[in-house]
Amino acid sequence: MNAFVAILRRDLRLAMRQGADSVMVVAFFIVTTTLFPFGVGPEVNILARIASGVIWVAALLAAMLSLERVFQTDYEDGTLELLTLSPAPLELLVLGKVCAHWLTTGLPLIMAAPIMAVMLNMDQNGFATLMIAMLIGTPALSLIGAIGAALILGARRGGVLVSLLVLPLYIPVLIFGAGAVEAALLGISAQAQLQIMGAILLLSLAAAPFATAHAIRQAVE
Amino acid sequence: MTVFTGSDLTCLRGERLVFGNLAFSASTGDAVMLRGRNGAGKSSLLRLMAGLTSPRRGNIRWQEHDIADDRIAHRARLQYLGHQDAIKPVLSVRDNLRLWAELRGVSDIDGEIDQALRALDIHHLAHTAGRYLSSGQKRRTALSRILLGSSDLWLLDEPTVGLDRESCAELARLIASFRAKGGIVIYSTHIDLDVTSPTILDLDQFAIPMMEWLADQDDADETDTGDNHPFDIDQGKQTGATI
Repeated sequence: MNAFVAILRRDLRLAMRQGADSVMVVAFFIVTTTLFPFGVGPEVNILARIASGVIWVAALLAAMLSLERVFQTDYEDGTLELLTLSPAPLELLVLGKVCAHWLTTGLPLIMAAPIMAVMLNMDQNGFATLMIAMLIGTPALSLIGAIGAALILGARRGGVLVSLLVLPLYIPVLIFGAGAVEAALLGISAQAQLQIMGAILLLSLAAAPFATAHAIRQAVE
Repeated sequence: MTVFTGSDLTCLRGERLVFGNLAFSASTGDAVMLRGRNGAGKSSLLRLMAGLTSPRRGNIRWQEHDIADDRIAHRARLQYLGHQDAIKPVLSVRDNLRLWAELRGVSDIDGEIDQALRALDIHHLAHTAGRYLSSGQKRRTALSRILLGSSDLWLLDEPTVGLDRESCAELARLIASFRAKGGIVIYSTHIDLDVTSPTILDLDQFAIPMMEWLADQDDADETDTGDNHPFDIDQGKQTGATI
């Protein structure tokens, strides 16, 4: 457990010193969401109708944007090699890094989401469900994304590759995340969708650290 | 007492046979110096010893136990210094070292870091960010990392790269005191490091042409005796033989 805290603290300290990364993710999220009213037109009803989907897609893309650097810099400067040689289990270290990734990208996205929802004229009945769905969904995005981030280590043009690997795996989160908000907007319970998202989160929590650790061992070999 | 041994080691990198039928052994307090031309497999051997890669054939044992059986225990006893210094440019020297001390479960983290920094004579740089360090200072920071926590085995891959003469002497002293405590040091270097009576392992002796190794492999498969023919050094120097 100490190892988990140690790596989490170091990654947070790194993120704090080079804060631009976190800000960039949120800025990307805001800019992408803002593009839709320009493209679709300022028709208020249409925007309200597509709001939940737009916010989820933008959040997915923003989360993906930051994946490449999760392991890349550690891989390049030799840190990852030393982490695999540390007496702490690599799976635990991976979990610590994923946790740091979520705190620096997922959490800011959740904070920014209601503001974007207001901008797209989403009905305020959906706000709470949107936040809850993102709270469950974004950790799953970080966990699934970590597998992709570890698989692309050592590859050229890793950023493009990681999106091809990871985006298809993000689809379930997108479907149920947007679905939960839709349900809330219609005034029916979103419990079913949220429970399925919880299941996705638990599944990725159980599987992703092992898959990621395995991919890292392959990469440093 | 012989503690760390390897026998019949064969290392393949990609499709290239780096070395074959290599054996080594080290007792407590030993220093083993790896020698060989570029590409002879010094780094590959150190990575095998660390457990980062697995040998194509053969095994590495610590007190008669194969290191592949308990990798966590092996990692807890070893300190590895690779080509890269693993220093984060935005973190101070102290913060860089803190992670490694924490991962090894050191109890008095600040005390040990201070001690390690003094041993490498970089204590005045403790609060300097990694990006302002010279390459020699980075190397010394990386070296101070291996002093954190307790270990029984140092695997040093070209530890002297970037170090000035005084730092090399410092390193030699650290190696001597580690050996005095019963530690085993295995290192590769191109310059003379003042280490008393190291065992020299010349990797050029273990370079085999691929064809010969494959034939040997077939023999071993057929008879299943596992013993290897005494190796002819002259043949080892012929290169260019591939499948």
